[in-house]
Formats: sequence, structure tokens, C-alpha cells
Amino acid sequence: MLEIKSISKIFNAGTVNEKVALNGLSLTLNTGDFVTVIGGNGAGKSTLLNSIAGTYPVDEGKIFIDNIDVTNLPEYKRAKYIGRVFQDPMVGTATDMWIEENMALAMRRGKSRGLSWAIKNSDRKYFKELLSQLDLGLENRLSTKVGLLSGGQRQAITLLMASMNSPKLLLLDEHTAALDPKTASKVLDITDKIVESNHLTTLMITHNMSDAIRLGNRLIMMNEGKIILDISGEEKKNLTVEHLLQMFEKVSGAKLENDRMLLNNE
Amino acid sequence: MDITGLLGAMPGAVAQGMIWGIMAIGVYITFKILDLADLTVDGSMVTGMAVCAMLMAAGWNVWTAMLIATLAGMGAGLLTGIFHTVMGIPAILAGILTQLILWSVNLKIMGKANQALPARKFDVLLTQLRTNEALIVLVIFCVVIVAILYAFFGTKFGTAIRATGCNEKMARAQGINTNRNKVIGFIISNGIVALSGALLAQYSGKADINDGRGAIVIGLAAVIIGEAVFSRFSQSFILRLTGVIVGGIIYYIVYQTVIFLGLDTDLLKMLSAIVVAIFLAIPYMKKTYFSKPGKRNKEVQ
Repeated sequence: MLEIKSISKIFNAGTVNEKVALNGLSLTLNTGDFVTVIGGNGAGKSTLLNSIAGTYPVDEGKIFIDNIDVTNLPEYKRAKYIGRVFQDPMVGTATDMWIEENMALAMRRGKSRGLSWAIKNSDRKYFKELLSQLDLGLENRLSTKVGLLSGGQRQAITLLMASMNSPKLLLLDEHTAALDPKTASKVLDITDKIVESNHLTTLMITHNMSDAIRLGNRLIMMNEGKIILDISGEEKKNLTVEHLLQMFEKVSGAKLENDRMLLNNE
Repeated sequence: MDITGLLGAMPGAVAQGMIWGIMAIGVYITFKILDLADLTVDGSMVTGMAVCAMLMAAGWNVWTAMLIATLAGMGAGLLTGIFHTVMGIPAILAGILTQLILWSVNLKIMGKANQALPARKFDVLLTQLRTNEALIVLVIFCVVIVAILYAFFGTKFGTAIRATGCNEKMARAQGINTNRNKVIGFIISNGIVALSGALLAQYSGKADINDGRGAIVIGLAAVIIGEAVFSRFSQSFILRLTGVIVGGIIYYIVYQTVIFLGLDTDLLKMLSAIVVAIFLAIPYMKKTYFSKPGKRNKEVQ
């Protein structure tokens, strides 16, 4: 499904601020994989997702989605294959537009946008159906501006939008990090439901180790632009946070220096 | 002072206001929908006037002349769009560059600094010599333009352009070619501006290289006034567009009134700019200086 062949990305190359964000990273995802990604600050998690999405080009390596070489495709063309939810709830939706307009935009992702009406009545029915699954009471607020909604509501809608048209790949970049704990867990439940019911191949960055263990069928840990742990199947099910921390220290030879991750162990 | 003199000037003020209101709709598309400040309009307004005046003086049919004027404005928008998206020049600078290019182009189109288009000699659609008739023509133009734009921005293509201006990152994540949409926005905007220029040339019976100076400020003033008047009642898109035209009309009524009251006309451009500056500053100043600490988060959201 997704095949990443030794990609590298260096920011500010040749300056004092040079930062190797990805260092010859390779990763292959099978169809239906739900992979959680953890790692300390600056490990390259977000750079990995942004490189796949095409936010910026990689310096070296190749990226294939479903055997299609997307390495040189601009971001908006790759969107045909990819649904995304960002960390900042403000980013995933258009604030000044209505809920139904946002959803209609997402429905045309990867398709042409001609001069027919953006929203038909049958679309509205479909949007209502999708929104009612969220159980947030949004199904009767189709013509509410998204900017008036809470962060959690916006992330839930962004999730729905990202999963429309069954994308080949769903990229979640710490999409619950900006939410309060209660809302975050609700959005995570919704995430799990949507990924499950649509059989979406998913990459989810999280800073919460227990979430990373609980969700998905595979877990990867990143450090200094590389994948240092890749655990799946039974082994993943039996993981504990404690165990994971020990493995990190063993592989990287350092203590995990990330307060946020350590504080989120519950 | 003779108040009937002022009242007598009103139909003319309304007609001029509507022409500038149409121009302001062009400004609205870049400034409000695409969230870009486009200074091309000072030049493309005159391009519209010059092309229309020259073609009609050369004996062309008024409709053909207006169509070609509009296309010329669209070409100017295309140039600004290319400067901004392909060459990565900030929008404001891209517009200034095109504006300067157009200064020369407009002089070359006319071959001199101005071109007369007297209504006695040419078959114009509207003229200030017959304001009532001109008002009818302008109302029709306004209704048609607002209707077309309202429909356009409700289509799949149109909403994608709106999304581009509202949240570029989101738009790209939804597969929207944001650069192309910005260029198209510049093209539509400057086409409308040039069309209003073509109307103005006929109405005033001339095209002058200086007529576009400060057009962006008048356009912004109309957008801001329209918003101040109409946003209280409704947020609907069709009313916002109508509000822009009404904003242009109000601007020209005020303009005529202050002239009537004996204000030095040399100061008018300065006053317009100050009024626009104040209105542009209000949202920022409200947020920065007058918001209560507890409320700030809400506003940001």
C-alpha cells in the first residue's frame, strides 16, 4: 500500500541550524494496517507524515502509494490518495464556510470540480448520516460556520472529511494533542470507529504511549529520523508502557527525554 | 447654499457609485474571498477605460469594445497571478508591478494621456448627460454581475476558490490546486474591474490615464462600508455582494455632499484613505486594546 524507500530530509542544510529530520527512513505499510507512531521531540514523526503528504519534497528516496510513485507529485495531487487530520483543529477545516460546504469540498477530493452546484440535496442527506454517527448533535447544524464549533467538534468533522472517498491512506498528526483529555478520548474513539469501519490504512502520531499500544495493529518508534522499533501482532498486544520505555533505552542508548510523553502514561 | 443643487447631483452620484461599486466587487473577490490585497486594479481600471474608448473611437460596436476591455483586464489579472504564484512575489508587490506595467501599456493603448468619448458622437450605453437612463443600465449590470457571481461561488469550482482564500492548507489537503485558483481569482477580479472601467469611460465621456489613481482605496472603502451596513442584517453571500455596490453608492453620495459643503477637493483622496485606514484598523484595535482578558480566547476562536 505505502512504500517508503530510504527517504531523507534535512532542514537548513549547510547552516548552523542544520537539522536532519529524516535519515534514510524506509517503511512499508500493508493494506489495512493501523500504525501508531511514537518518539521524542524532533524524532521526525511530523516530517515523515508531511513528506508522505507532499507538504515539502524529500531530499532523497522514493515514496509509493499503491505502486504509484508520488515522490514528485505536488501536495494537492497526492490528496487524491490521502486523508489528513492535523494537530491544530484550526487547520483541517475552512473556518468561514459551513459544515456542509466543508464536507462537500472533501467529497470532491481527487475529483474534478466543475461548474455544477457544490451541494445537492442527496449530499445533505449523506452528510447528515455521517454526522449523526459522531453523536455530537451536528447533523442538524449543516449550515453552521465551522469557525463556531469547538476544537473537538472540528477534529471530528475533519476526521469524517478525511475518511470520505475511502482514501488509500489516512494520516493523523497528533490530532488529539490540542484537545482536553475528555474530548481527546472521544475523538480517539471516533477515530478507531472510522478506521475500523472503512478499513483505512492509517498512520497515527501520538504522544500518548498507552494510546499507541491500545490502538492499531502495529507500533513504530522513531528516533533521530529513523525507525528504531517496529512491533506488531501479538507482541504489540502484550506491550506495556514500562516495557516500551525500557526498549527505547536499550535501542537508543538514551533515556526518553520527552516530558510530554512521560507525563501521559496514566 | 442651495440644497436643490445637492439633490440634483444625487442621481449622478448614485450612478458613479454603482460603477465604482461594480469595481469594488472585483476588489471584494481578491481582498475578502482570496484574502489577498491586489493593487493591480489601479491599472486595470484604466485599461478597461482605454480599451473601450479607443475601440469605440475606432468605430467598434459598444458590446465588442466592452468585451475586449474586460478580456484586457483579465490579462492584467493573469499577469499579477503569475507574478504571485509562479514567481513567488508577494501579492501586494505583484499587483504594484503589474500596475506600473499597465501605466505604460495604457499610455500606449491611447497613444496619449487621455481619449475623449463624447456621447454625442458615439453610441454609448450610458452617459452622465442622461443619468436616469444610465441608472437603469447600471442596475441591470449590477443585478447580472451579482447573480452570476453568486451562482459561480456556489459551484464546486467556486467553493474551491473560497476554500483557497479561507484556509490554504486545508484546501490543498482536499486536493485543491490553490495556486491555480488564486490566478483565476485575480483574473475574474480584474476582468470585473476593467468592465467597470469600460462603463466609466462611457459614462464620463473620456478615458484618462489618471482616472485609476487610488481606485483600490475607493474599492476598499465600498467593501468596508457595505460590510458595515449589511453584516448586521445577514451573512448571506448575495447580500454581501449587494452590500459592496451599496457601499460604492454611499461613498459617492458622501463624496458629493462634502464637495457641496465646500470642502477643498484636493483633500478628498487623503480623506478617503484616512477613512479606509480607520475602518481597517477597527477590528485590530478592538481585539488588541479593548478586549477583556477573559474574552480574548473566545474571539480568537
